[in-house]
Amino acid sequence: MNRKPSMSLRESPARRLFVMMRESLLRSPLPLLLLAVCLGIALPAPALAQSGVNASPAPAEMSPENLQRFRKLAEELRCLVCQNQTLADSDAGLAVDLRRQVETLMGRGMDDAQIKEYLVERYGDFVLYRPPVKGSTLLLWFGPFALLLTGIIAWIVVQRRSRLRTSEAVSPDANARQRARDLLG
Amino acid sequence: MRALKFLLPLALFIGVAWFLLLGLDRNPREIPSPLVDKPAPQVTLPLLADSATNWSTDQMKGQVWLLNVWGSWCAGCRVEHPLLNDLAARKLAPIIGLAWKDDPTASQAWLARLGNPYAINVSDQKGSAAIDWGVYGAPETFVIDKAGIVRHKHIGPLTADAIERQLVPLLNRLKAQ
Repeated sequence: MNRKPSMSLRESPARRLFVMMRESLLRSPLPLLLLAVCLGIALPAPALAQSGVNASPAPAEMSPENLQRFRKLAEELRCLVCQNQTLADSDAGLAVDLRRQVETLMGRGMDDAQIKEYLVERYGDFVLYRPPVKGSTLLLWFGPFALLLTGIIAWIVVQRRSRLRTSEAVSPDANARQRARDLLG
Repeated sequence: MRALKFLLPLALFIGVAWFLLLGLDRNPREIPSPLVDKPAPQVTLPLLADSATNWSTDQMKGQVWLLNVWGSWCAGCRVEHPLLNDLAARKLAPIIGLAWKDDPTASQAWLARLGNPYAINVSDQKGSAAIDWGVYGAPETFVIDKAGIVRHKHIGPLTADAIERQLVPLLNRLKAQ
């Protein structure tokens, strides 16, 4: 019960953090469990979203390389009508038109970046499934990690406090022990 | 210190809650157009009434005009149509109609039945001009100034409120320029 992490000067802060986290996790594995649940929810999502890809009609007269390029592009572009689908997934009228437009632009010899640029000029960054990292999207890209970091720090602080309190509680000082002995006669 | 321990998580919670609450109030269907304050895309299209004659955006240089994207298949267009008729009757600015992915016969029957607010109607059956204008749903309405710059885009059916509070003041201001 009195086991305390040894705090020798040789230990680096990183190692101390690791030891602290390991001990906390051994005591309560709840955070790990939550992490597993979150990952379980998050991971299969892209797999589900892609299930319709093969159904998307692609121009028949394309060479295999072009077809692959076309598919890849269509998967990186968003359908603006059914917003949670890619151009490849969607059967909305506009998605069909935009696929045809992508095909036309490819035919004109434009590269992927130019085609994306063409669509962003008309529809804005929203047409890209992966928004670019810039001033207005910093929160979108890094906000979740900032929240996660805040959570980890809060958790470590709480764990450390509660451990200090427990160790105080189970190791009364000499005076208190003497008083207890006196009381018990 | 005790106060901080209590206030810090509370402040964090209020921050996140406020952020999410703002999200609830925003319409994800309204995607801001990158065309606003940029030159109007140049397109050339056949007239709805006469497919042998072309109309091009160049022709509108020097005047303030409206571009309204519609189709006889579009329910929202049916809703805003009486408002467009009223707006056209006030003769503030010519409204150019772009019949988007619509059968010209159906478009014309629709106009004959409900009235024609458009100074000129053009037909974009393949939807290629609409792509140049970044159209992703009908109805959409653009305001273009004398220099050919897009000044405003209204997404979805126009409302009396949007016309009186946004369109009309904007048209008057642009015409005075």
